[in-house]
Amino acid sequence: MRAIVTVDRLSKTYKDGFRALRDVSLDIEEGEILALLGPNGAGKTTLISALCGITTPSAGQARVGGHDIVTGYRAARAMIGLVPQEIALEPFEKVINTVQFSRGLFGKSRDDALVERVLRQLSLWDKRNNRIRELSGGMKRRVLIAKALCHEPRVLFLDEPTAGVDVELRRDMWEVVRGLKESGVTIILTTHYLEEAEAMADRIAVINRGEILLVENKADLMRRMGRKTLQIDLVQPVEAVPDTLAQYALELAHDGHALLYHYDTSGERTGITRLLQALADEGLNLRDIETRQSSLEEIFVGLVREDAA
Amino acid sequence: MNLHAIKAIYVYEMKRFFRTILESLLSPVISTTLYFVVFGAAIGSRIEEVEGVSYGAFIVPGLIMLSVMTQAISNASFGIYFPKFIGTIFELLSAPINFFEIVLGYVGAAATKSLLIGGVILITAGFFVDLDIQHPVMMLVFLVMICVSFALFGFIIGIWSENFQQLQLIPLLVITPLVFLGGAFYSVSMLPEGWQTVTLFNPVVYLISGFRWSFFGVADVGVGLSLAAIGIFFTLCLGVVWWIFKTGYRIKS
Repeated sequence: MRAIVTVDRLSKTYKDGFRALRDVSLDIEEGEILALLGPNGAGKTTLISALCGITTPSAGQARVGGHDIVTGYRAARAMIGLVPQEIALEPFEKVINTVQFSRGLFGKSRDDALVERVLRQLSLWDKRNNRIRELSGGMKRRVLIAKALCHEPRVLFLDEPTAGVDVELRRDMWEVVRGLKESGVTIILTTHYLEEAEAMADRIAVINRGEILLVENKADLMRRMGRKTLQIDLVQPVEAVPDTLAQYALELAHDGHALLYHYDTSGERTGITRLLQALADEGLNLRDIETRQSSLEEIFVGLVREDAA
Repeated sequence: MNLHAIKAIYVYEMKRFFRTILESLLSPVISTTLYFVVFGAAIGSRIEEVEGVSYGAFIVPGLIMLSVMTQAISNASFGIYFPKFIGTIFELLSAPINFFEIVLGYVGAAATKSLLIGGVILITAGFFVDLDIQHPVMMLVFLVMICVSFALFGFIIGIWSENFQQLQLIPLLVITPLVFLGGAFYSVSMLPEGWQTVTLFNPVVYLISGFRWSFFGVADVGVGLSLAAIGIFFTLCLGVVWWIFKTGYRIKS
């Protein structure tokens, strides 16, 4: 698949000397959902702002659809839709007017049918004549998405799109984003909800202190870095892990009613068979066993901690 | 050129104006009426004529200037300050438009609004005094140039302002005094000699003088000088706006 956004050694240093981006290089493939993860102040919003023209990069280059974001800014920006982190809308304006305004701003002629389709897709059609201030927080976020979509962008930046949105609406949003992906829109998503990235992203990019730590296919990343835990529930509790089982580095859990065994799925041997044999040899009776995959959140926290160390 | 974007900004700003049409037009009409009652009837009745023109008619150009300048500034400054204040400026910065197109949209709308207000004041004045405009084309030229230039100036103030107090600062502390002291209600020749020289340093004198000349054919300074003054002011404002967008001053990090 070809890259629709290419970022080449992009840097941003503010006047006070703070380096928000350090030689960021990144290729975003057409039609994918890329989740950009990072702690607060990592540089996620700065990167998006630089690509969209809100912040001027200090060094480096970036292209959107082959157009340089500085020298070919008109063509590059016409392809981009941006949903910002903060809800920034004119409170006294009607929903439909603000959406039509955005379409015009991006150089597109009035298209009532398209605006209607976008508003219906986001369940906003019934609210089209409402003033923005009359809408709930979730609805306002939808208006921001409608504004970003109404000029038919091929690349959509969603900066924390579900922040402060209730669980139900968040799931609705996910459906909207999936629908956009199906229609061929490339989506770059920043989020604090790693569950969101896990559920939606094709690839994960982790950024910390202005540097990209990794960019990897989500499934590969979780397989490579994900660890699994085997929980063995015992019929009779034990006070300590028997010395004969020391090589398995077991953890005692639930007041001695369970043992936890961590293993790597990428390894050739997981050691589970030998462990179960050793438990039987030790005379421990098992009530139940279950396995648990480490989440993207655990992987992410591990990566960021490693980077900070 | 992104004509759709210019139209979008212009229409959006004009809609804001028409949303509050009553307040927008009523306020200048009431204040003009009050000026006529106070200056025209109460004080003006004791002043017979100024440079061959009845005092009531003499103050009309100055009154129009006062409203048009302050309205052009306040509309343009609010127009661009409000998106900064509520954060919607991100949309302007991320759109495929250049500075010239943004300025055309905002300044064009602010200038149109002040032009409409100027027209309403002129009509209102017509109820109080007999007006015979000697140079209607030049009157329109002066009016349009002043509306556009001061809208540009207001745009600069809107970009510069970091809060609502700053937004009001220059119109209140600079523009209003300059208009009042710029011959809006008197002829420069009525001042003592020393003050006549001092007042020539007030750029608004040239604007009011030129505008008044288009009404009555009398002026404090030469018409050419008035046109040059407005031309210089317009060019200066345009230069500053160009620099703002070139450097991203107070709008782009």
